[in-house]
Amino acid sequence: MAEFRVRRYDGFRSYWQSFEVPAKRGMTVLEGLYYIKENLDSSLAFRASCRMGICGSCAVKINGKPRLACETQILFLGDKITVEPLENYRVIKDLVTDFEGFFAKHKAVKPYLIRKDENYEEPKELLQTPEQLNEYYVFTLCIKCGACYSVCPAASTLDSYLGPAAMAAAYRFCADSRDEGQRDRYEVVSSSQGVWRCHLAMECSEVCPKNIEPAKAVQMLRRSTAFSILRGILGW
Amino acid sequence: MRVQHDIVIVGAGLAGMRAAIAAAEKSSRLSIAIIAKTYPIRCHSVCAEGGTAAVLREGDSFDLHAWDTVKGSDFLADQDAVEFFVRECPKEILRLDNWGCPWSRNEDGTIAQRPFGGHSFNRATFAKDRTGFHEVHTLYERMIKYDNVEIYPEYFITNLIIEENTVQGVSAIELKTGNLVFFEAKSVVFATGGAGRLYGFTTYSHQVTGDGMTLAYRNGIPLKDMEFIQFHPTGLIPSGILMTEGCRGEGGYLLNKNGERFMKKYAPEKMELGPRDIVSRAMWTEIIEGRGLEGDYGPYIALDLRHLGEEKIEERLPLIRDAAIKFAGVDPVEEPIPVKPVAHYTMGGIHTNVRCETPVKGFFAAGECACVSIHGANRLGTNSTAECLVFGRVAGENAAEYAMNAKENKITEEAMRKEESRIYDELLGKSGDESPYQIKRELNETMDKNMWIFREESELKEAVKKIKELKERYRNVEINDRSRGFNTDLMMTIEIGYMLDLAEVVAIGALKRQESRGAHYRIDYPKRDDENWLKHTMAYYTPEGPRFEYIPVTVTKWEPVERKY
Repeated sequence: MAEFRVRRYDGFRSYWQSFEVPAKRGMTVLEGLYYIKENLDSSLAFRASCRMGICGSCAVKINGKPRLACETQILFLGDKITVEPLENYRVIKDLVTDFEGFFAKHKAVKPYLIRKDENYEEPKELLQTPEQLNEYYVFTLCIKCGACYSVCPAASTLDSYLGPAAMAAAYRFCADSRDEGQRDRYEVVSSSQGVWRCHLAMECSEVCPKNIEPAKAVQMLRRSTAFSILRGILGW
Repeated sequence: MRVQHDIVIVGAGLAGMRAAIAAAEKSSRLSIAIIAKTYPIRCHSVCAEGGTAAVLREGDSFDLHAWDTVKGSDFLADQDAVEFFVRECPKEILRLDNWGCPWSRNEDGTIAQRPFGGHSFNRATFAKDRTGFHEVHTLYERMIKYDNVEIYPEYFITNLIIEENTVQGVSAIELKTGNLVFFEAKSVVFATGGAGRLYGFTTYSHQVTGDGMTLAYRNGIPLKDMEFIQFHPTGLIPSGILMTEGCRGEGGYLLNKNGERFMKKYAPEKMELGPRDIVSRAMWTEIIEGRGLEGDYGPYIALDLRHLGEEKIEERLPLIRDAAIKFAGVDPVEEPIPVKPVAHYTMGGIHTNVRCETPVKGFFAAGECACVSIHGANRLGTNSTAECLVFGRVAGENAAEYAMNAKENKITEEAMRKEESRIYDELLGKSGDESPYQIKRELNETMDKNMWIFREESELKEAVKKIKELKERYRNVEINDRSRGFNTDLMMTIEIGYMLDLAEVVAIGALKRQESRGAHYRIDYPKRDDENWLKHTMAYYTPEGPRFEYIPVTVTKWEPVERKY
């Protein structure tokens, strides 16, 4: 048996509730939450979808640290498990937090390929060597689970800060050999809500379940935007 | 509350987002809504791993891709649809390339392709083993560029509203607030995915409960070929997480307890790369006949990748390695992966033609929820993501064209009141003594036991009886959570109701089809019977259960022959 202490919120009050979950070897925290919902208290609200660590739905704070519930084994945590909603987001109900702002920030950095010669009807194959692909590939792995944003000290003090995931997305496209939109993106990421707000606490890289190191993306963007500004001044 | 758009797309996976982009490309003046019960990038399409089929290189041909697909379908696919489909695949790959998809590459920078089951050319275009994930993100990133596409994330659909055989719109619960929202539209596209959660042991994400299929069905639109459920050969034990066919495409072996590559007995030429129906039956036969390996969760088959070496596994199958370590405690570099066949894909779906039109005016369907049919009785790997892209585009374009020539629709006050009362009074306010989750558990058990790879009359009859009993008990469910905001108790209870209707169609359809074809295998009728059964099953809703009709299969070039691999 494992004791799940779950932080609940019903729209009015916030409280802790404990549940006994029969934990088997191999059982995940997400399976524990489903056990509670289907057997003990069906009003418990949480998000889940793929249960294989690729959809980004189920990031919650488990024993104090943001993790994906679906890939966290109960037995690795001991017999007492606390589950709370992610921080830096408004709680809607129980473990469900509001991601509207998070996705709006992602959109703000123009996270898509920008090309001049686009042809929707008759697209042409673009060439990209495996080395060029490797330049940015790791940053394509972001599942937008929001774990990074939940521990970001800059985001916790400034609501409008774009945050680590958006930065990683901006860098991912800037570093793609097929892209021609660097300047458009530099404008956004070098703004007052952008890269220079980052405290370099590196917590985002620490908690990222996909090990994509958003902090590194911030560093790279700082370098590129600084160069870009310099180029502008010197008229290169 | 009413919301108005020209086009409403339900479902934000590959097909839905591709439809939204296609409609937006058609005209920037159209107002397009895409609503889904998750955020777009949380859709089940992200779980697609191995690749997307397309004829890109010399040596391959449209006819060859079409023939592989038709043969794979056990001749139940409509050949005109298949011929159209294969011609459209390459452009979709290139569009995604132009939109930023990180396709895996050859040394010269061209897009790479690899072998896949049932295909006689290396035409699986892939992005490592996260193809669906990268395609979804690419489409999402592209979609947000269009100002005329409005995303409604976390809206759970409750009904499809039709008047005089013309679509009027849909109703959906905004999960955040619990409000019922009526979306009025000139055209509606369903891209709501399959029905895999009918099963307990399945590769599907939790939310794949066949919502769109059921709502179309309850509103008089026929479901086609629902008895054909694909069992993927390699589901990870115990979770059912998909271990891509790409494992075998890259050279992986299937071994029984004697360390034998048993596929040589079942598909001597293609071996592990036979089509999924044949490989799954072979594996199940090995297990039934006592040649499975013994594990904590019963007998299994070993998927051996060790001889590929760590470098290739990391380069081509990184997700598989990560998932096997995290979810089964097995590193495929060191040990074989424990797998067995797993419910994976719904070949059937909402009846559409090749233009994605349904019998109702202004109502279109695409992707897994639809049945065109290009997969027939057995889908080839990599043809589903391709289908979503190709027919997502077709649905989006045709829905746009329809909307540009249609007048505005209005959902009547009466229809709104009726739906509100059905959700809030009849369901949410109701008392009863049945747990919806217990009903779902029993449904899953029944499907896993009686509706699995090998089927026979007595078991199918038992399943039909059980499903009818569960439907009866469902009338007496109680939803404990009476609150409005983010009430997943209410949502899941409605989903279970959707699943019960579909399960009944699957079970009775399977009972009626007295032959073995593709994924539908009857022990008591082990041969394909073209004389009596080369036809599509059409299930129509009646309050007493489904009524069945059959329509012919379109044959253009390829007369049915025996399938050998």
